[in-house]
Amino acid sequence: MYRSQVLICGGTGCTSSNSQKIIDAMEVALDKAGLSEEVKVVKTGCFGLCALGPIVIVYPEGCFYSRVEVDDVDEIVNEHLLKGRIVKRLIYNETLDVENDTIKSLNETAFYKTQQRIALRNCGVINPENIEEYIANDGYAALGKVVTEMKPEEVIQIILDSGLRGRGGAGFPTGLKWKFAAGNDADQKYVCCNADEGDPGAFMDRSILEGDPHALIEAMAIAGYAIGATQGYVYVRAEYPIAVNRLQIAIDQAREYGLLGNNIFDTDFSFDLGIRLGAGAFVCGEETALMTSIEGKRGEPRPRPPFPAVKGLFGKPTVLNNVETYANIPQIILKGSDWFNSIGTEKSKGTKVFALGGKIEHTGLVEVPMGTTLRQIVEDIGGGIPNGKKFKAAQTGGPSGGCIPASLMDVEIDYDNLLAIGSMMGSGGLIVMDEDTCMVDIAKFFLEFTVDESCGKCTPCRIGTRRMLEILDKITEGKATMEDLDKLEALCDYIKENSLCGLGQTAPNPVISTLKYFRDEYIAHIVDKKCPAGACKNLLNYSIVKDKCFGCGMCAKQCPADAIMVTDYIAPGKKLAAYEIDTEKCIKCGACVASCKFKAIIKE
Amino acid sequence: MLKKISSLPFNGTPEQEAQLVKFIDGIRTQQGCLMPIMQEAQSIYGYLPLEVQQIIARELEISVEEVYGISTFYAQFALSPKGKYNISVCLGTACYVKGAQALVDRITQILGIGPDECTADGMFSLEACRCIGACGLAPVLTVNDDVYGRLVEKDVDDIIKKYQ
Repeated sequence: MYRSQVLICGGTGCTSSNSQKIIDAMEVALDKAGLSEEVKVVKTGCFGLCALGPIVIVYPEGCFYSRVEVDDVDEIVNEHLLKGRIVKRLIYNETLDVENDTIKSLNETAFYKTQQRIALRNCGVINPENIEEYIANDGYAALGKVVTEMKPEEVIQIILDSGLRGRGGAGFPTGLKWKFAAGNDADQKYVCCNADEGDPGAFMDRSILEGDPHALIEAMAIAGYAIGATQGYVYVRAEYPIAVNRLQIAIDQAREYGLLGNNIFDTDFSFDLGIRLGAGAFVCGEETALMTSIEGKRGEPRPRPPFPAVKGLFGKPTVLNNVETYANIPQIILKGSDWFNSIGTEKSKGTKVFALGGKIEHTGLVEVPMGTTLRQIVEDIGGGIPNGKKFKAAQTGGPSGGCIPASLMDVEIDYDNLLAIGSMMGSGGLIVMDEDTCMVDIAKFFLEFTVDESCGKCTPCRIGTRRMLEILDKITEGKATMEDLDKLEALCDYIKENSLCGLGQTAPNPVISTLKYFRDEYIAHIVDKKCPAGACKNLLNYSIVKDKCFGCGMCAKQCPADAIMVTDYIAPGKKLAAYEIDTEKCIKCGACVASCKFKAIIKE
Repeated sequence: MLKKISSLPFNGTPEQEAQLVKFIDGIRTQQGCLMPIMQEAQSIYGYLPLEVQQIIARELEISVEEVYGISTFYAQFALSPKGKYNISVCLGTACYVKGAQALVDRITQILGIGPDECTADGMFSLEACRCIGACGLAPVLTVNDDVYGRLVEKDVDDIIKKYQ
């Protein structure tokens, strides 16, 4: 028995800021203090509050230490673990109860209070590299129940009744997918998992793979039993080395424990899993493209029907779900469809994980019931916008989604409401933008992405998106006319209607939604040749307010383009002649603004 | 995807080729083995020049065109060698909103190379990547396996100095 457990986050975010070194240093320090037998160090998955990483939590007290550095380890060991004195300077301030001089539970903080963790329930709680910790937390109980007590039809019925919909983007009912695949007879069927999390700004699937890989394995085996498949593939991004590694460890352990392989739980059911690495193609998130890629070819989508449930991987009936969808399955089996059905809104059941990013105080992962409002997520859980700036919009659904303006912050977020306001759930990336973000520039950013990632198979997407990008370029350079705007809108409709797969059909969404809510910004770029947010460089001009200029010359020294020269004007009350900027030579790098102590340089 | 193809001479060794052929022999009967083979080849050679693609095509008895079609489809496959230190700046949405483009511009200014280019001395190469999933640390760049997060433009100077 250990008297104390030290949980250290081993997710990608915290690992990137040296949490592995903290773990090593902790073990050395504990050994030196003679506490190795009394205190256990556990490397867990992501706690979600990435903004405060690296994170260390000490139990049984539940002390939440944030932004810990390697140099802090000795103090935590000597003060906290040896003498029982909490290291207050490292405690996350929201968990500190100053009045009573005690610490509060993490679940009382604004970030965690309204969260409900189903898909992320084990992330940050167990050691993902140890199957026993998963089993101790009800792991593989659902698989055991399914294969020993239930018929495949019963399993599918529970998933159907639960109302679970795919968490990868489109929100198709998971149970229906399974039912279709189960209904097609074939000598071989497959279960696949889409872990090719391509949406820039979404990282919940990675966190589940890193923090709770066995949940995915268990769920895929359940799906295999339900549809009659014996082989599964996880298609995971090569950019996620930690996730791939932990998933491989988990698969090996599951095989060793007889939870994968032949005759699982001494029944006739056999199921095994393999990992396939993606190679960085966004279109491979589309189901037919993903399966073509697993077959070792160019990951191009193909027309549907036939749907994968009829003819999928290697031409066989296949079920494909995303990681977060699978992570819900074991809990639904154990707690029943009524339980899951009671969470969420009428048509969107359960919870959704959002990756909060961009201009927000608490970046990280949050899991909330469907129907939570954007305001609750951004202001209450996310802690609002830093530096006293104003909220402008939130972008959901990545390159296929749209933005939600401040006026719609009180809409309850679920699949259908987001579609109605011109965005989509997507995989759950939620990027917050403040007043400094130019919406035309953001639309252009996403279009650059889709132009890059268009596979080239169908013309509307391959050429249409490029024409759209060219128009957006013109707008941000101040060369566009109102006629271009009409062309842009016509292109949006055309591409949406005529593209082969989801990537093309949704590619115009960022433009359509920014035009819908921020049309005035487009017009400001086109008619007034101004970027209201001050982000589009070509529309910016730097100038020196001569009466504020002390003539120190710092700006001229910093200017990489030699575009700043001294004039013969001396402002009243100043001793040296003022400077001015030659706008022809200026490359708009902003170095002069940063160097001016007197705030005499403005951009407009 | 448009890719820069290197004009530098290929200098693979027989040992590397033997290593690759051995890997191919172990996996060739597996369905869909071409991509894992190309990923392994890239880890052996550091990139995938045409010469290596020809070896793969020869061993699997398929056309070079098929291998080439895949190498130009996926972002992961590099047709140009990378520098000793490969700087990869994340241009995912979260990083972009927090000013990652300024990091790229600064690196270009210091090193004189643009994305997908390598300095003449072979020390540094630069690439823009799409989301490494460390959005909590945005904006982020990596130099080989080292990750640097929560950056501002001027941090770039110190980071590059560390490797020079």
